[in-house]
Amino acid sequence: MDDLLSDFLAETQESLEVVDAELVKFEQQPDDDETLNNIFRLVHTIKGTCGFLGLPRLEALAHAGETLLGKYRDKALVATPETVSLILISIDRIKEILDHLTETQTEPEGTDSEIIAKLEAASEGKTEAAPASPTPAPETIAEPVQSIADDAVGYDEDLDRELRPGEVSLADLEAAFMAADGPDLEQLATEAETAKQQDAEKQAKEAEANKKNTEPLKLIQTVRVDVNSLEELMTMVSELVLTRNQLLQTARETNSDDLKIPLQRLSSVTAELQEGVMKTRMQPIGNAWKKLPRIIRDSAQAVGKKIQLNVKGENTELDRQVLELIGDPLTHMVRNSCDHGLEPSDIRVAAGKPEAGQINLSAYHEGGHIVIEVSDDGAGLPTSKIRSKAIKNGTISQAEADAMSDNQIHRLIFAAGLSTATEVTSLSGRGVGMDVVRNNIEQIGGNIDLNSIDGQGTTFKIKIPLTLAIVSALIVDSPSGKFAIPQLAVVELVRTTPNGEHRIEMINNSRVLRLRDTLLPIIDLAEITGATPTITHDGPAFVVVMLVGDQRFGVLVDSIFDTEEIVVKPLSNRLKDIPIFSGNTILGDGAVIMILDPNGVAKEVQASEETGLKSAQTEVNHNTASDKTAMLLFHAGGPEPKAVPLNLVTRLEEIDPKRIEISGGRHMVQYRNTLMPLVHASGGLNFVEEGQQSVLVFTDNGRSVGLAVDKIVDIVEEVLKIEMTDDGPGVIGSAVLKGQATEVLDVGYFLTQGFHDWFERAVDDQAQTAQAPKRILLVDDNAFFRNMVRPLLSAAGYDVTAIESTSEAWALHEAGADFDIIVSDIEMPDDNGVDFANKLAKDLRWNTIPRLALSALGQSDLEKIGATTAFTDVVRKADRESLISTIHYVLQLEGEAA
Amino acid sequence: MNNEEQTDAHDENSDTGPICEFVTLYIGEQVFGIAVDDIREVFHPHAITRVPLAPPEIRGVLNLRGRIVTAIEVRTRLNLPPLEQDSNSIMAIGVEVENEAFGLIIDRVGDVLQLPERDCEPIPSNMDPVWQRVSSGIYRLEGQLLIILDIQRLLGIEVQTDLAA
Repeated sequence: MDDLLSDFLAETQESLEVVDAELVKFEQQPDDDETLNNIFRLVHTIKGTCGFLGLPRLEALAHAGETLLGKYRDKALVATPETVSLILISIDRIKEILDHLTETQTEPEGTDSEIIAKLEAASEGKTEAAPASPTPAPETIAEPVQSIADDAVGYDEDLDRELRPGEVSLADLEAAFMAADGPDLEQLATEAETAKQQDAEKQAKEAEANKKNTEPLKLIQTVRVDVNSLEELMTMVSELVLTRNQLLQTARETNSDDLKIPLQRLSSVTAELQEGVMKTRMQPIGNAWKKLPRIIRDSAQAVGKKIQLNVKGENTELDRQVLELIGDPLTHMVRNSCDHGLEPSDIRVAAGKPEAGQINLSAYHEGGHIVIEVSDDGAGLPTSKIRSKAIKNGTISQAEADAMSDNQIHRLIFAAGLSTATEVTSLSGRGVGMDVVRNNIEQIGGNIDLNSIDGQGTTFKIKIPLTLAIVSALIVDSPSGKFAIPQLAVVELVRTTPNGEHRIEMINNSRVLRLRDTLLPIIDLAEITGATPTITHDGPAFVVVMLVGDQRFGVLVDSIFDTEEIVVKPLSNRLKDIPIFSGNTILGDGAVIMILDPNGVAKEVQASEETGLKSAQTEVNHNTASDKTAMLLFHAGGPEPKAVPLNLVTRLEEIDPKRIEISGGRHMVQYRNTLMPLVHASGGLNFVEEGQQSVLVFTDNGRSVGLAVDKIVDIVEEVLKIEMTDDGPGVIGSAVLKGQATEVLDVGYFLTQGFHDWFERAVDDQAQTAQAPKRILLVDDNAFFRNMVRPLLSAAGYDVTAIESTSEAWALHEAGADFDIIVSDIEMPDDNGVDFANKLAKDLRWNTIPRLALSALGQSDLEKIGATTAFTDVVRKADRESLISTIHYVLQLEGEAA
Repeated sequence: MNNEEQTDAHDENSDTGPICEFVTLYIGEQVFGIAVDDIREVFHPHAITRVPLAPPEIRGVLNLRGRIVTAIEVRTRLNLPPLEQDSNSIMAIGVEVENEAFGLIIDRVGDVLQLPERDCEPIPSNMDPVWQRVSSGIYRLEGQLLIILDIQRLLGIEVQTDLAA
């Protein structure tokens, strides 16, 4: 291609992007002379260059646009959305012609007289010339392109031969010149205001002069460089970094003084070179934002909203490779905000918000990566809609949904196929949205999180590495060898010791680390890499605390070496399927090591949490002899230990006794922005006066009750044999734990001490208002479970008969007993819950009673054993709330059916 | 690829026929051949990094002059137990497939043989199916049989389709 032409094309493309953005800005602030001058100057330059290069169509278009802009500048006309649209349409047309120029190096056939006429009409202040809709433009352009395609292979009479592709006949060219020149002449002829025209020209020249006056100050000389050469440079620098690392390692080993100084220099020069090459690849993020104002403007018009875009930090630089990859996700998110995030103007006004919706875009550096925030002040995410959609989709179960916080529900929008838009619009809502955004971002080693406040808006926060080629990584050791963990995902390092402040404990076969009042799930690097763990959970070890999305977890490693700048090399195709690795690299000592993929590891954590829970529960169900339950041991009001099941405890807290307030005769403490009632486990008021008050926090349905204890002793996992006692309210019985008789407390009792309606709230009013209490038959071989559940169900207003085997159930059947619902365990050692259910289904008298299964199995396992068909519904074991709500729900359905 | 050349050999369309060059290698007592054109280098593999969770035949990854090479245990591919021997004597044959470098870990390297293509015979159908899958032909040499290995199949690039079939 002609150098002149290709330079012109590249420059004009860039100028047009600026014009696009500036016009949108101008439309909002018609009195901003500087913006207008800028637009005018750019359009003027385009026009001038076109004339110079002999591109009549472009010149005519640019000229007409310039004339209209000149009117604005002279304040002869005031810009209206319609006329600005008109200019934008002409800019689009210019872009189309430029595209064609890029491909064929000729202007496409056709005429722009329609647009030019409209522009001229607008220049004369005739608003009726404004386009009713922008649709005619694409149609007219489609034709000329078509015609030139035909002509290109057509027969040309002047040449007396077939035209070669890309060639244009002389006749066509002439026609094009006539068509393109026409408007110009016509305009001059019809337009009497030549003086004004010249005036505009003069002003343009003044603007040019202004530009010349100010420009030398910020003039930076640039050279256009092929992107591929930059890529090659980067690859070479990567290799150089590796070689330097190797040399440094060798020098360290040989301890040679001769090498020290030159190596030092090599090292610093390499670092500078690396930085320098990285810089050439850096581009301000604003480049990726340039098209957003236009997109927002068009979206706003399409959905009839008023939207204002505010940007901050557009000069923040990042690698162009990364920049290219985040362009689309950003566009998608901004469109989403326009379409779903922001409410229509009338609703906004009614809600007391400014009429124009705000979309804020900001970028800033944060330790080796860049953070981009996209926020709007719209309605926030529709929590309930997402919840029900996710349940309908099968993304989560009802029980899971109940247990999730609003924030967790919001994050479901990153799951595949979950669009909450009730209707599909042209902008978004096709169900392939945020999951694609998340995938794109994760692919480049970044992560995305969101925060949505109902009625106040949604904020997305994207964190991405500055560059993809070289990352900073932590090198750790495990029995399966060394691994690199990308620093981006590492939050902190914790050294754990058996008796120190940070120690690893076991809950339900899963490791946890108590770290600043939170329980952190721990995964052993040895375990996920298939080696035998060498660290027992009571020895000293290191935990790498990682944050992936909203998931925070610890990775247990043997030792930590150091941080190294590593050059990420792609994995062999044969190794791509291993989810926990994202690449590999060569270390300074020449060894190859695998780079852990934080996302893959996070999934392992989730999986191990589930199987850990499952295996713990199947153990409980299948083997009564080793029926182990994790219990939290503590002292309260006496030397004898007391215990509660650990899985009921949400958190352990230490509270300053000074913070404990007494209100209405009850002890309360400010906890997470609410008042939390405190009950003492001794039944009395033995709160500590000095030091710290240990509190077990039970949370349910967003409410918390604190159970104050004297001292937390231990967590034990033992076979639980409860001897029933009548030690009064609040005690289930006693059991031998750690060789000592221990009182097992009834958590339910203390909860009702905190909130009298603790259980009632979970059940709806209907259950309470029902005439006679509904009768439940509970079949479970596990005595502890029966003892836990029975008081819960009784408190919820049911009449509970708890038995330990199905034979007892048939005995009751014989005796003529009747029930409203049967709740049965599936996995019992001597009984089969599914057979029981199938037999019930055939029973003449009991076949109509709804059957509810209790199980720790997953959905697929349940289907396999036929539980899904044998039972009306299945509830996860140990999920108190959903047990009660499901019973209520099933009975309600039954009532409606009856 | 050598297997194409071998199929040509069956056509018997030339007098002496084209000559193929093979590097021979030993696994236990059995001799195998790999077309010379497929081989980039022969090297002593050392400092192999094990890759957890990788398929069993992948011995690990190693650094060969700044390039990361995936080491494939040929013994495992042939359903043979790994060599109980110190790693100093083992050898690797460096090949490149689809721009990726692989090292085939073998017991020892033999020499280079030049054999006429047309002497290559199809694999006997009673041979171990695992072996059949990775070989493309067989030569009758004096006193022994030379099994020609197909690099693509040896690398397990076709394993998936084989399993699916």
